[in-house]
Amino acid sequence: MKNKADVVIIGGGISGVSIAYNLAKMGVKDIVLIERDYLTSGATGRCGAGVRQQWGTKANCMLAKKSVEFFENAQEILEYDGDIEFKQEGYLIVGTTEEEAEQFRKNVALQQSLDIPARMLTKEEAKAIVPHLNTDVVHTATYCPTDGHLNPFTMTDAYYKAAKRHGVEVYTYTEVQDIIVKNDTVEAVVTNKGTIETPVVVNAAGGWAKEIGTMAGVDIPVFSRNHQILVTEPIEKIQGPMVISFSHNIYCQQTPHGAFIMGRGDKDATIGHDTHSTWQFLDRMAKTVTTLLPPVGDLRVIRQWGGLYNMSPDSQPIIGGTDAVKGFYMACGFSGHGFMLAPMTGLLLSELITGKTPSMPMDDLTLSRFDGKTIETKETSVV
Amino acid sequence: MKPENVIICRCSDVTLKELFDLFEDGYETFEELKRIKRVGMGPCQANTCGKMVQWEISKYFNIPLEEALFHNIRPLTMGVKLKAIGVQADEE
Ligand SMILES: Cc1cc2nc3c(=O)[nH]c(=O)nc-3n(C[C@H](O)[C@H](O)[C@H](O)COP(=O)(O)OP(=O)(O)OC[C@H]3O[C@@H](n4cnc5c(N)ncnc54)[C@H](O)[C@@H]3O)c2cc1C
Repeated sequence: MKNKADVVIIGGGISGVSIAYNLAKMGVKDIVLIERDYLTSGATGRCGAGVRQQWGTKANCMLAKKSVEFFENAQEILEYDGDIEFKQEGYLIVGTTEEEAEQFRKNVALQQSLDIPARMLTKEEAKAIVPHLNTDVVHTATYCPTDGHLNPFTMTDAYYKAAKRHGVEVYTYTEVQDIIVKNDTVEAVVTNKGTIETPVVVNAAGGWAKEIGTMAGVDIPVFSRNHQILVTEPIEKIQGPMVISFSHNIYCQQTPHGAFIMGRGDKDATIGHDTHSTWQFLDRMAKTVTTLLPPVGDLRVIRQWGGLYNMSPDSQPIIGGTDAVKGFYMACGFSGHGFMLAPMTGLLLSELITGKTPSMPMDDLTLSRFDGKTIETKETSVV
Repeated sequence: MKPENVIICRCSDVTLKELFDLFEDGYETFEELKRIKRVGMGPCQANTCGKMVQWEISKYFNIPLEEALFHNIRPLTMGVKLKAIGVQADEE
């Protein structure tokens, strides 16, 4: 293991590999990425693989839109030999009440103002897109045709291989145990396999971002919670878009492989690092999906698992540094949508680290936005 | 036989050569292999290829077979129709 680096990135999820790749591409040398387990072992490899631009805050919309533009060309840009399986067949968001429809109208107006091709749909129009949708439990919908699906494993692999070609060193099965800070400046990262001196450390530790912050003496207002998900047997293609509903508490899509993956949130799940599967989840998920998408009920569920959402107070990510500790940067608090935002996470953080002007306004993404202030913009379009 | 002509995982159609390529890329465990190439994720659920994959890991990295861990098996162990679970949940 190296004992000196210019940048040490903690976390081998989609954020970590995207940051590594972007930094290397901007010419930073001596980049080390450290992952406790294997790449994608955190939330990235447990996620729903959904990519959507239909958000309720400007920052989330912009992050998602620019990331989609990258995904559309990622295969070529990263010169990947595998298949990232980016399938743009849309997200159909269905609501149940007039009140929800009102929120949808506001969201769509915001999205359209940012050139995101989303639109309102009647429930009949929604059914034309997903014929097995049970419109008895749907009021209105919104749809964006360029949203879709992306394979978390191969997307991470694509970034990883490109980063390696640019000289990034990746240490898997290596755990960060401490961060040494002197005179409010990062000096080194301590792992179970040795210490690496570095002026810059990036916290991309997903569900453990708060603990990494504590190591450096930075208090990050995030917490983690288990979110469960399941997968069915694969069948022939019957559903193009992801179907999602905040009021029904479900997201459900058919992957290019043919399997359906679906999940829902549980506000009562304990805060912490537990990622167990429960029969309660399976019961509720089965009921919800058979109500909203009845024919999907005929599929056999073959596996379920859990993963961590790392929640920020406004459900927008925290991307950037902090005045408190020089050289400490973070990309966390993705609140359940960090997979789809990774291209921008990597780009923005690399711009900040190398002293460039960020590609979009950062005001809603800084850690300091929470400094004793009341939260004005909050993302509510989350499952 | 050439590694590209040896099928290790029949369900997901993965050759020994592809396994070797993954090892070269820095992937060392069953957990990693299955995520990228779906090794052991098909209908047989690694009942056919599992042991062979462990064996190849052990040989390539020169580690004892016991250390070339089998992949993590999650619930359910057998497919159940969602509808059947939903109905059952209603009755409770
Ligand atoms: C069930 C579920 C469904 C989801 N669905 C979607 C979706 O459809 N679309 C979407 O965009 N997002 C989704 N998300 C959210 C998404 O998965 C995350 O926001 C995203 O993967 C975060 O990536 P990351 O790289 O920041 O973190 P992670 O992928 O969690 O990576 C962090 C890594 O840091 C490592 N680490 C932690 N501590 C240490 C340490 N001390 N030393 C070394 N390494 C360490 C961990 O092992 C881990 O691999 C979902 C999440 C869950 C749980």
